[in-house]
Amino acid sequence: MNGKRIIAFLAIVVIMFGAIAWTSPSLVKDIRLGLDLKGGFEVLYEAQPIEGGEKVTPASLKETAKSLEARADKFGIAEPEITTEGSNRIRIKLAGVTNEDEVRAMLKKPINLTFRGPDGKIELQGNDFTQNGAKVEFDQLGKPMVTIKLKDAKKFEDVTTRLTGQTLGIYLDEEMLSNPSVNYPISGGSAQISGEYTMEEATKLADTINMGALPLKLTEKYTQSVGATLGQESLKKTVEAGVIGTIIILVFLIILFRIPGVVAAITVISYTWLLVVVFNLMNATLTLPGIAAFVLGIGMAVDANIIMYERIKEEIRSGKSLLSSLKTGSKNSFRTIMDANITNIISSIVLYYIGNGAIRGFALTMIFSILVSILTNVFLSRLLIYLLIQSKLFTKPSYYGVKEDEIRAL
Amino acid sequence: MHFNAKVHFDFVKHRKKFYAFSIALTLIGILSLFIFNLNYGVDFKAGTNMDLAIGKPITQAEAIDVLKQAGYEDMTPTIGGAGNERVTARFDEVLNQDEIRKIQDAFKAKFGDQVDAEVNIVSPDMAREMGAKTIYAVIIASAAIMLYVTIRFEWRFALAANIAILYDAFVVVAIFSIFQLQVDLPFIAAVLTTIGYSINDKIVIFDRIRENLRFSKIKNKEQLADMVNNSIWQTMARNIYTVLAVLVVAISLFIFGSESIKLFALAKIIGLTSGAYSSICIASPLWYQFKGDPKPKAAKTQASA
Repeated sequence: MNGKRIIAFLAIVVIMFGAIAWTSPSLVKDIRLGLDLKGGFEVLYEAQPIEGGEKVTPASLKETAKSLEARADKFGIAEPEITTEGSNRIRIKLAGVTNEDEVRAMLKKPINLTFRGPDGKIELQGNDFTQNGAKVEFDQLGKPMVTIKLKDAKKFEDVTTRLTGQTLGIYLDEEMLSNPSVNYPISGGSAQISGEYTMEEATKLADTINMGALPLKLTEKYTQSVGATLGQESLKKTVEAGVIGTIIILVFLIILFRIPGVVAAITVISYTWLLVVVFNLMNATLTLPGIAAFVLGIGMAVDANIIMYERIKEEIRSGKSLLSSLKTGSKNSFRTIMDANITNIISSIVLYYIGNGAIRGFALTMIFSILVSILTNVFLSRLLIYLLIQSKLFTKPSYYGVKEDEIRAL
Repeated sequence: MHFNAKVHFDFVKHRKKFYAFSIALTLIGILSLFIFNLNYGVDFKAGTNMDLAIGKPITQAEAIDVLKQAGYEDMTPTIGGAGNERVTARFDEVLNQDEIRKIQDAFKAKFGDQVDAEVNIVSPDMAREMGAKTIYAVIIASAAIMLYVTIRFEWRFALAANIAILYDAFVVVAIFSIFQLQVDLPFIAAVLTTIGYSINDKIVIFDRIRENLRFSKIKNKEQLADMVNNSIWQTMARNIYTVLAVLVVAISLFIFGSESIKLFALAKIIGLTSGAYSSICIASPLWYQFKGDPKPKAAKTQASA
């Protein structure tokens, strides 16, 4: 017996499981759940230019996404995920939203603030106004009114010069807010919207304008919404299913492969933990297909173990010593395992580039689970078995699932 | 290598039966696709999908009734879940927020406030795009895999593997068509990972064939057939164990997992089973077929490769 080796083995296992036990509670708490697990909704918008407005450019798309984010913030929604896709799409994911209807209506609203001449021609539009420039002020009579600021004072002056003596209607979308006449050119770059507003109405109007005029018009192309309790139920059930499946597999491994089976159980558990760590480091969002990929990844991880142990068993049967069986067995199986994993990575990469939304998450999980699996189920597994064989505590072939009479003399 | 050590089932000899079975299944699948097509979920066929958790048992008649009250005639919602507490309704049109609210409220009025829903809405152009992307994904993925296998092995292995993985992907599609199970985005993920797993199985056997090819002098077709059979049997334990291991997970996801993951799990179960079968009964015999009559010289070049 070689005491050092068994101590090294035990030390690795104890440290590993200690780390798992110590970090797991906070890891689990920190996982960001997708809206299919937490409730919430996802909308894919297609952006089109507002009539007479900006074209859809990467810059205007980004600006629109920013305004959407500002709007989501106004609702106090934590961690809105807003991403641009392709040349004209914006995907928005909001988890844990309870007043979905209201939020959705507000998000999409172009809030197209325009100044129109008497002939209805648009003279100034959303992107001419300063963001967050609307304020509630009071006129000489103490009545509330809304003042707005324009980015380009010169442009405003030009318009008001041209339209002196005529009206310049202020529209929020198609609704006319007020239709003041222009008495003289206005040079300061700010305008007032006054009417018979109550304080509350004026505040709401200012807020609406401040939501930011969306530079682009948005159409909903795809939406998914999940109720909160439904999401939690999905999470609970799917995690339970994963745990049940994993336990069955681990028991099966130990029965089938004995000592290497125990090592496999250790490495599969380490694999699961390490994958959660990687997930947290990437700040990835866990979705239902993600969990499925995760759980199926366990199946793949087990495969790496099985390929290696079957190979080692064969080598033992051929009459080699345990140590040389381990060496040739793990060497011969390594190539197979790598080929199998690389082809899987290839199909996951294709999935990532072509898929969108949840599919991308799934593909990414697959890729990382394969990488982590190689680390734990090939290298860690090999090291642990090596230590066990070297410790000379388990020398009988039966410990490795091989019967004595199966062994042929060399 | 202990070739011919035991009497085993001869896969190569019976290959024609397996081919016949697989071709028959493929034809049935093609026929079914022509007649029934696929039961597309909203991801591929524009419209609205509503998945309601009622919180208490519900019958289909009750669900139809509520939908009627909300103004939707001719709907056939499906009832499922533990204790029949789930209703899934598919609308061919893109419903707006008010319409969705109305339907949910109708269910809430009858069954109480615990009613919760998952709603998916997809516009027609989006649905078309997803369909096209999926086909590209399958083509690109199999081309990339083929290229890799050609580089690592040789074109015969790549061709045999690719025929078999495309067959596996098709079997999943065919069975979903025959039983009219719903096809949505997670289904595509299931088909594509089926390709991944399936190629895994093939590589393990092919790797063994390649290794045995290197260490044996094969002079005629009989010896080649023996070698393929032996390679299959040498890797049989691993094939069975692995498929069992992954199947256990997929089955437990199917039985215990949440509703939305069930069809995904089912697609995986079909794909895994087919992948294991096609590795042994289709891909390996096909390689044998492609390899043709080995001349001693050919065996030699293989050995030095």
